[in-house]
Amino acid sequence: MLSYQFDWSVVTTGKYFEWLVSGLGLTLQLSAAGIVLSFLLGLLIAVLRMSHFGPLRWFAHVYLEFFRNTPLLVQIFFWYFGSYKLLPMAVNEWLNSTNFEFAAALIALTIYTSAFIAEDIRSGVLSIPKEQMEAARSAGFSYIRSMQYIILPQAVRITVPPLINQFLNLAKNSSLAMTIGVMELTYQARQVESYTFKGFEAFTAATLVYLVLSVVITALMDQYNNRVLNPQRG
Amino acid sequence: MDGLFDFQVITNNFTYFMVGRYPEGPLGGLGLTLYLAAVSCILSFFGGLILGLLSLSRHAAIRYPVNLFINTFRGMPLLMVIFWMYFLLPALLGKTVPESRTVIMGLTIFTSAYMSQIVIAGIKGIPKGQTEAAISTGLKPWQAMVYVVLPQGLRNMIPSFVNQFVSLIKDTSLAFIVGVSELTHVATQVNNRTMSSPTEIFIFIAVVYFLICYAFTTLSRWLEGRLAWRKAI
Repeated sequence: MLSYQFDWSVVTTGKYFEWLVSGLGLTLQLSAAGIVLSFLLGLLIAVLRMSHFGPLRWFAHVYLEFFRNTPLLVQIFFWYFGSYKLLPMAVNEWLNSTNFEFAAALIALTIYTSAFIAEDIRSGVLSIPKEQMEAARSAGFSYIRSMQYIILPQAVRITVPPLINQFLNLAKNSSLAMTIGVMELTYQARQVESYTFKGFEAFTAATLVYLVLSVVITALMDQYNNRVLNPQRG
Repeated sequence: MDGLFDFQVITNNFTYFMVGRYPEGPLGGLGLTLYLAAVSCILSFFGGLILGLLSLSRHAAIRYPVNLFINTFRGMPLLMVIFWMYFLLPALLGKTVPESRTVIMGLTIFTSAYMSQIVIAGIKGIPKGQTEAAISTGLKPWQAMVYVVLPQGLRNMIPSFVNQFVSLIKDTSLAFIVGVSELTHVATQVNNRTMSSPTEIFIFIAVVYFLICYAFTTLSRWLEGRLAWRKAI
């Protein structure tokens, strides 16, 4: 290590700095889109999982178990290399006309994370006393409306901390998109390393960015825990 | 559906998927995946135990650096940890390190950080009165931990450890990135060579991973139920 010459200017200025910044931009885009989509999909799957209609419940169960027990990397490869045989021609054409690497990574991240989110939401909902649902139904709300107005608003509140944790995982997992050529942060760090041989600097920069991301998100979560879950009563 | 899928590529390469070139060559495929996961799991059990105990230390001088270490690795993507190992280990050791060992190191450090959280939760789940009672019978604090708290705590941690092992099996797929020929890498190799059936190949290995992980997930749930039942009586 002693013979190694540190040169931090490589990653703080110039072209390579711009690469890292553009990588961060793509990581944030992928994470933001993934968070929104996986939350919506996870919510849907959680509702299906609790449905009174057998086949829907069964479908959601299989979905959850399958996508949670398969590596994300394999899912990314499946969507990137193998999905064309399963998708209709029109969808394939549309996907190829867009940024397909990005789309495949986003689809895989969304589906993978939605399975975890659905389980978190379900345990949130199960933690709401059954009487709430019974009371809502006897007050004349339909099942869907009881969920919408009575159960979910409470459950979502309890579910926020584990959800934020999943979002954090999603942001970190988005690094796997580099394997199919999405030029996100980890990809760019690798790229800077191979162009400059300044691996130490490049990986330190990328690591720090990930750490800042997770510190910020964790701090937000603590804030939420203090304000909403354990509010100090005056 | 006729002609849509052709699983011939799987049957033709089945042994290659399962064990790589073993026994003529090195172990690969699913065998290597399980080997990487098992070795990393055992190592990170001890790593997590040590980190967890240290982070519960009464001395701030131990607690803070250990927590910093744990939180740093929990805040990093695993891929990043593997890259760090990939070029730091040779620099630190002054010699080349086999890729599989790099991956085991990366997986171990990363998983130890997560395991430590299980250990901390397990220890905190044991009522404080136990430690107090142990100390008042004359045991030293470390003896109270080793002989009284840990044996009870560890039993409660078993289901979480099994879940962590499932994560490890899935995480070994990242060994692909440094060229270790575990199951995912073998799949990309076969895919590159045959060029005709990526759908079949990736569905096949997804199902293989699923069967193994699901078996362990089920085991973990069963253990959890049994522990709850034991506590109830």
